Amino acid sequence: MSDTGQRMPGAPFDPAGDVAGSFRDPVSGDFRQETMIINMGPQHPSTHGVLRLLLELDGETVIRCKPVIGYLHTGIEKNTEYRTWLQGITYVTRADYVAPFSNELAYCLGVERLLGIEAPERATLIRVLVCELNRITSHLVGLATTGLEMGAVSVMLYGLREREMIMDIFEGLTGLRMNHAYIRIGGVVMDLPEDGPHKIRDLIDILPSRIDEYETLLNDNPIWRERHEGVAVLSAQRCLQLGVTGPVLRAAGSTADLRKDMPYCGYETFDFDVPTRTEGDAYARYRVRIDEMRESLKIVEQALDRLMAAPGPVMIEDPKIGWQARLSVGPDGIGNDPAYLAHIMEESMEALIHHFKMVTQGVDVPAGEVYSCVEAPRGELGMYLVSDGGHRPYRVKIRDPSFVNLQALPDVIEGYLVADIIAAVSSLDPVMGGVDR
Amino acid sequence: MSPESMAAVIAARYPDVLVARAETTVVVDREELLEALAWLRDEPTLALGFLSSITATHWPDRDPAFWIDYELRSMTLHHRLRLKVGCTEEDPTVPSATTLFATANWLERETFDFYGVVFVGHPDLTRILLPAGWDGYPLRKDEPLGGVPTWFHGTTMPPVDERGMA
Repeated sequence: MSDTGQRMPGAPFDPAGDVAGSFRDPVSGDFRQETMIINMGPQHPSTHGVLRLLLELDGETVIRCKPVIGYLHTGIEKNTEYRTWLQGITYVTRADYVAPFSNELAYCLGVERLLGIEAPERATLIRVLVCELNRITSHLVGLATTGLEMGAVSVMLYGLREREMIMDIFEGLTGLRMNHAYIRIGGVVMDLPEDGPHKIRDLIDILPSRIDEYETLLNDNPIWRERHEGVAVLSAQRCLQLGVTGPVLRAAGSTADLRKDMPYCGYETFDFDVPTRTEGDAYARYRVRIDEMRESLKIVEQALDRLMAAPGPVMIEDPKIGWQARLSVGPDGIGNDPAYLAHIMEESMEALIHHFKMVTQGVDVPAGEVYSCVEAPRGELGMYLVSDGGHRPYRVKIRDPSFVNLQALPDVIEGYLVADIIAAVSSLDPVMGGVDR
Repeated sequence: MSPESMAAVIAARYPDVLVARAETTVVVDREELLEALAWLRDEPTLALGFLSSITATHWPDRDPAFWIDYELRSMTLHHRLRLKVGCTEEDPTVPSATTLFATANWLERETFDFYGVVFVGHPDLTRILLPAGWDGYPLRKDEPLGGVPTWFHGTTMPPVDERGMA
């Protein structure tokens, strides 16, 4: 096995390879005898997912750390090249499965820019609404798993309890709790359900007091502070060098937020702040995420008010794209609407032919390339989309913030204690589905 | 800065600039890649100091067969630029940007892993998402989808789409 990972001719296949190769002494090629090399993960309750860390330890001190990733690699990018543009949504939504709406939004905004179309205003408002609700669920999962990994199981229970309220809203809206494929090219699949606004109002009433509870429990909790303060410190400058974005960057004093810097979906018309801290440690990241939940709730409230005032279509008129709005939520997610099914199967042969062609082939997208990016809960989520003019993508590259942010891990834990690894990983909050794609 | 005015600033130095869909793209030669990235990063009117993404596209029947794509972002001036550099299938090498941007490390490893593009000067150009002993570069257009056996220690299973077929 060579160090470039390329197989030498005639060499036996070795799926594991010499991943610890970079820990060898460059001169003698041996491992150092006075330190210990251990594996943490990939199946470990505290690594925030299927993450494997190769650690070289001197006692309790981490000398070197090498993250080994790819255990959840599912070939999403390759698969999209063999599906239609529309089917691509069901693939990209599975990348960062904790924040699926952001994936769908970045992808659909990109395809819409290639097609030269724009979603109706009401669809854009619903997109903002679900993405901000999704930001709250994502930060709640981050908080809950951090609690679990720190041994604060009650925090895990509280976080998942509130997340469940929002998951109920998502389930009513899209039929599913995750992997929604709800945001589509040209709009969204369907309007809010009848009880949707009511459920969201309930959430807006209840959630602020629950966030207060987390802060009462954790902000001045001596154990919580001890485990997080001064741990995994990253300066803003180092974040930018390493490509780190999102709450991790804002906890180091930067105000970088694509919703403010390069607004999309009309974010410039919403009134909200970008919370920042200056310490750049794990505790600052926890505080920034808590504050972001409150800000997201402000956006949700404004979006809901505007939605109540402005009825209208949620999908563009063009029947070649707009047919997706003729789906409905069934017991197992989004599926064919019975009335539409009756129309194409029993009433109109032409409608059946059109339906068949639109579903199997979809739309041709003009040749070109776009980089469409949104502020996902973990930072800049970009989709680099290339079309060669056909009905299938030529290339879909997902720039997932989890993947890039995880690169900072060796930086923040080398020289620190093994126990700090747990807080460091959970404060970077990677979602391995997004890291490995 | 608007895409058009950014294109005008860059065209004075690198003439192959294109504005499409409100995005600016500049194409440079492989030999001037590092110099161009450093200039775009340090030029105060552009300040493109944040490297968002590196990836490639494969066009088997064209010349160049690989386009390497760099997405740059300015954190202070809030604009973006795409920089592209081409290389051939016979010589799929480009200089590594790791000396200019620390984030290029994993991004280049991923591009190497999927396309076999070699970034010359990278400190640790190993596979990142695929197992170290993987054969081939799966996102190249001549690699098929599926048909990959499942490995276990000491044995393999036939590909998913071939199981159950006598």
